[in-house]
Amino acid sequence: MSEQTTSAPTVEDYLDPLALPELQADASKELHTFEASPAHQEKLGFPGELVDDWHDVAINKMGDLLTKYRGFRVFLDSCVKCGACTDKCHYFMGTGDPKNMPVARQDLLRSVYRRYFTTAGKYVPKLVGARDLTEDVLGEWYNYFHQCSQCRRCSVYCPYGIDTAEISMAAREILDTVGKGQKYCNEIIGKVYDVGNNLGFPTPALKATLESFEEDLEEETGLEIKLPIDVKGADILLVTPSADFVAEPHIDGLLGYAKVFHATGASWTLSSVASEAGNFGMFIGSYENMRKISLRIRQAALELGVKRIVFGECGHAWRVAYSFLNTLAGPFDFLDPRYTSPMHICEYTWDLIEKGELKFDKSRNDKYRLTFHDSCNVARATRMGDKPGGQFEIPRNILKATCNHFYDMAEDTIKEGTVCCGGGGGLLTDDLMDLRVKGASPRMTALQNVQKEHGVTHMAAICAICKSQFAKVMPKYGFEMDNILSVHQLVSNAILLEGAKDPEDDDDDDDWIPPTPPPRPPRGSAA
Amino acid sequence: MLTTVYAILFYVATITLVGGIALRIKQYWSIPAPLKIPTTPAPTTKRGVWFRMFKEVALFESLFKSNKWIWVFGMLFHAGLALVLLRHFRYFTDTTALIWAWVHWIQPFGLYAGFAMLAGLVGLFIRRIVVPRVRYISSPSDYLMLIMLFFIGFSGMMMKFVAHTDIVAVKLFFRGLMYFDWHPLPADIPLLVHLTLVATLMIIFPFSKLLHAPGVFFSPTRNMVDNPREKRHIVAWAADLEKK
Repeated sequence: MSEQTTSAPTVEDYLDPLALPELQADASKELHTFEASPAHQEKLGFPGELVDDWHDVAINKMGDLLTKYRGFRVFLDSCVKCGACTDKCHYFMGTGDPKNMPVARQDLLRSVYRRYFTTAGKYVPKLVGARDLTEDVLGEWYNYFHQCSQCRRCSVYCPYGIDTAEISMAAREILDTVGKGQKYCNEIIGKVYDVGNNLGFPTPALKATLESFEEDLEEETGLEIKLPIDVKGADILLVTPSADFVAEPHIDGLLGYAKVFHATGASWTLSSVASEAGNFGMFIGSYENMRKISLRIRQAALELGVKRIVFGECGHAWRVAYSFLNTLAGPFDFLDPRYTSPMHICEYTWDLIEKGELKFDKSRNDKYRLTFHDSCNVARATRMGDKPGGQFEIPRNILKATCNHFYDMAEDTIKEGTVCCGGGGGLLTDDLMDLRVKGASPRMTALQNVQKEHGVTHMAAICAICKSQFAKVMPKYGFEMDNILSVHQLVSNAILLEGAKDPEDDDDDDDWIPPTPPPRPPRGSAA
Repeated sequence: MLTTVYAILFYVATITLVGGIALRIKQYWSIPAPLKIPTTPAPTTKRGVWFRMFKEVALFESLFKSNKWIWVFGMLFHAGLALVLLRHFRYFTDTTALIWAWVHWIQPFGLYAGFAMLAGLVGLFIRRIVVPRVRYISSPSDYLMLIMLFFIGFSGMMMKFVAHTDIVAVKLFFRGLMYFDWHPLPADIPLLVHLTLVATLMIIFPFSKLLHAPGVFFSPTRNMVDNPREKRHIVAWAADLEKK
């Protein structure tokens, strides 16, 4: 341990994770994520490029959404500009651009709504801040509605529950409809339609990868731990983000699920039809695309004849699974009614832990001093277990059951107030790296504080996007890219399997020294 | 002449307010909410949702989590306004009315609530000017709304504490409006300012951000039950997609 963590921290060591910058007008005005090519657009049923009558098409689409989504209309009407949300967005905290304040982001669209759909906006536009839809406004929508990770933090604090995620989804739907979609999201959805998953990972490669994982597991444990795919008649269909097959630390989480299933002799399978839990249809606000992607899971479940569906660690996927799947692709009356479906892998594992069916050697995780990052979609848009708030308790309970050293970050940055990783909502693309780094700063500051206070070395998460985002941005804040872990990676490390050989102590993390408090990227001074 | 103008004004204002809000509620009611989007943790039962809504409407729970200053000023204003409005029942009810005892009891509270209401409005107005974030998001109408409410309260309190108006005549005027038997309205400046602004507010209510009052009850992030796995939620236009 370095001196920093053994000496008592002083007050000056701590920065406020939620510190506010000075307003810097237009600070991120030019941030323009790549636009989708005609091929990407058309695969999703959208026009290839900006249509000639985009103005009328956009207004008509807005009118259409106003009759289809109650929330959209109520949210546009109800805002009183009280200011409660103005200091709640991590992108505002990171960039200082006032248009990244939730209400100001909404107003980019609300001003147009007022002009075309309200009496006051039609007759006295200046008085109520209404404006015409121009090409500049459309460009502004494109840039700023792609600076929202749809994390819903603002909706927690709004006295009317106005959810900027809903406004940003609607805006993206309108943009897609006029032919101005985002490359990252739309290309990925196209891959799901063509290949079956977000990463465009073809089935033969997927099968080969799973076999290599089985070999790794056998080498590690001496046991034949299977990662089955397309097994008809299996009890459980596991749907997991495709990042779990290719990225770190995601893979270690996948191996953790496999060990949990193995430990109780569960009959389970992956599916090449539904080789992706993620559903970017949500990010672009497209009910039709979200539904089409969801139906793959129904199809896989029916074809394989499974009894239940379990989802792997992925935040927005869990939102679509928990909150929307029954609506989009239900009813799931063909599954075994004795089990809750869809179930989160954490619910599955915690249930077994509670029943005493899993045994752990917590000391195997002693090299980690852990904290937990609540992923936004899990925290504010879903539940786990029977009780409200189970989505906070169950992952923590698993960590506490598998690790000796667990410390939470500051209360106003976790659970329902959790600050986003900065890469969600379709922003996990290199062309938005600057925004991603800045948007992560509240979380990184909170992490630095527990690092100083408790010597925390690693952070665990249950979201593929969070994990990828943190692996990329943590080095900018003085951490290592492998300081982010999967929750089921810790399960994997600590689980005691019958007949398994002792783990070899070959982890290079052993000599790892906690980083010195890093410099923070420039941010405005606290207001 | 004055009596006729104000009589007509208040008929128009009342019809606009009641009709406008009724139409708006009907509109909100008829727009479907296709997806389950409660902000979680959310209640898992209908009863729980009622309790959540009560805390939101009566105690401004989310605002309390967000910002204590806005909560204090907002609460002073809204609670003050509520008491003042209840106090105003005396101008529309007779001593023989069933609720009279209760109207009588509320009087002193309503009186001092006027100060709380004005204090809240001043606080909100100052915040709107001095906090750069809030100033940035403010339109002219946001300031005007506060100013209008302030002068409604101020003119009302002028009549109570400074320049008394013939309140018996005012009551006769309003009771007369209710029974279509018009009585003359006193021509006092504070009274006319008060009534003009109140009627204006009633008329713009259904067309302005004051819609937050009915809107909050229709907010899907607050009024939805968290039970998507247990109960399939599907609206008509989404069900139509399944037929294709």
